[in-house]
Amino acid sequence: MTARATKAPRGAQRSGRYEPYSYFQLMEVSLRELLVEKGVVSEDAIAGAMAAMRARGPERGAAMVARAWLDPTYKSRMLANGSAAAEELGFEVPGLRLIVMENTPSTHNVIVCTLCSCYPRMLLGLPPEWYKSRPYRSRVVREPRKVLAEFGLKVPSKVAIRVHDSNADMRYMVLPMRPAGTDGWNEPQLAGLVTRDCLIGVAVPRLPASRGSPKPAKALKSPKFRNPRKS
Amino acid sequence: MTTSTGPLFRIGDRVRVRKAAPLGHVRTPYYIRGHAGVVERICGAFPNPEELAQQRDGLPAQPLYRVRFRQREVWPGYRGSPNDVIELEIFQHWIET
Amino acid sequence: MIERSHHDMGGQPAGKVKRSEHAYDEWELRVDAMMMLLMGVTGMDKRMTVDELRKNIEALPPADYDKMGYYDRWVISLTQTMIQRGVFTTDDLARKLADVERRSPRSRGERRPKTKARAQAARKRAGAGTR
Repeated sequence: MTARATKAPRGAQRSGRYEPYSYFQLMEVSLRELLVEKGVVSEDAIAGAMAAMRARGPERGAAMVARAWLDPTYKSRMLANGSAAAEELGFEVPGLRLIVMENTPSTHNVIVCTLCSCYPRMLLGLPPEWYKSRPYRSRVVREPRKVLAEFGLKVPSKVAIRVHDSNADMRYMVLPMRPAGTDGWNEPQLAGLVTRDCLIGVAVPRLPASRGSPKPAKALKSPKFRNPRKS
Repeated sequence: MTTSTGPLFRIGDRVRVRKAAPLGHVRTPYYIRGHAGVVERICGAFPNPEELAQQRDGLPAQPLYRVRFRQREVWPGYRGSPNDVIELEIFQHWIET
Repeated sequence: MIERSHHDMGGQPAGKVKRSEHAYDEWELRVDAMMMLLMGVTGMDKRMTVDELRKNIEALPPADYDKMGYYDRWVISLTQTMIQRGVFTTDDLARKLADVERRSPRSRGERRPKTKARAQAARKRAGAGTR
């Protein structure tokens, strides 16, 4: 389903089956058409903003982490000013005030926004659905160890947990610890270990199960976008 | 962004979040109100989101602090390490003076 | 007196985290894009603040807040904000919604019919005929 306001929309095509619009989808069409008619936005501008968001993803955070693992001066700069460190690698992050929190052998960091879903979108793209859900927002501040265990991450009791509630103007990303057994790995190989969940703090980078030479950097978990032709 | 006054608190100061339940748009979560913590850093000064939500300019900008709280002091019966903490951004006007 | 707003859920009891991944529909991405543009992130004239969006989301009735999807809440709140800001009026919206609905039948039932039979029933209700 393309965003052509002039063509009469018949509903969304999905997998070849006709599905009538929901009230909210009707609202989106109405809002967009009114904004375009009033000259507030253009269809081109909307398409441009969509393309820009599609281009953002956790691989950008992973690149920053890998650079920090290899370059201690970059790491210091990143911990002092996360947004400037992102821009240093060529990532435009307008309006983002990023604080990077470093995991250490005695501290594990995890990020949440209890009030809504604040997330460093301008760097990492759109957050996962669970990050915006009631169970995560309600429980990770109160029982982080239990929630992390549900994600498969058991944090030893000698490691303190720092929960960061992004309730105002700052945004957060975790700098995980570099796993052992990665000596000699290059930047893309290291970045390939860092998933979106590692940057939020519900996972830590792990070596692939098979030992031996490092695998080439593989695609990270990015928000999935439906094929534009299908809807 | 300049403010009418500079920040009142410094890193390391022990501060307590005001206990209040006003109406309108508030960015100080309910669970932290009334609790005491330590200033971890000063983030700068930002327009007041409570006012921005009402189509006002939120000026003068308010100093915003990151404050660190001990989990076992925030939640009754907290299970986990005594060193577990939770950190939030608290606007100066939400800190008891 | 509502002391704790429904959206202000930190520390409240809740079930297990469902680790769902959501493939974003085009219309959801368009809502997100419109928000970015209207907030002035791309350098366009700022027409609203994110704080107004949040305030309007927080004003949703609790049952609706829980039932609605993430971008459902966004599109409602965004549209509310545009009315509040005077970009268009309630009457503008009423006429436009009716116009859009005339052009595309609205489902009265589930958003995504689970069976072919239900999809056909929904289309029949909407007057589009069966396929």
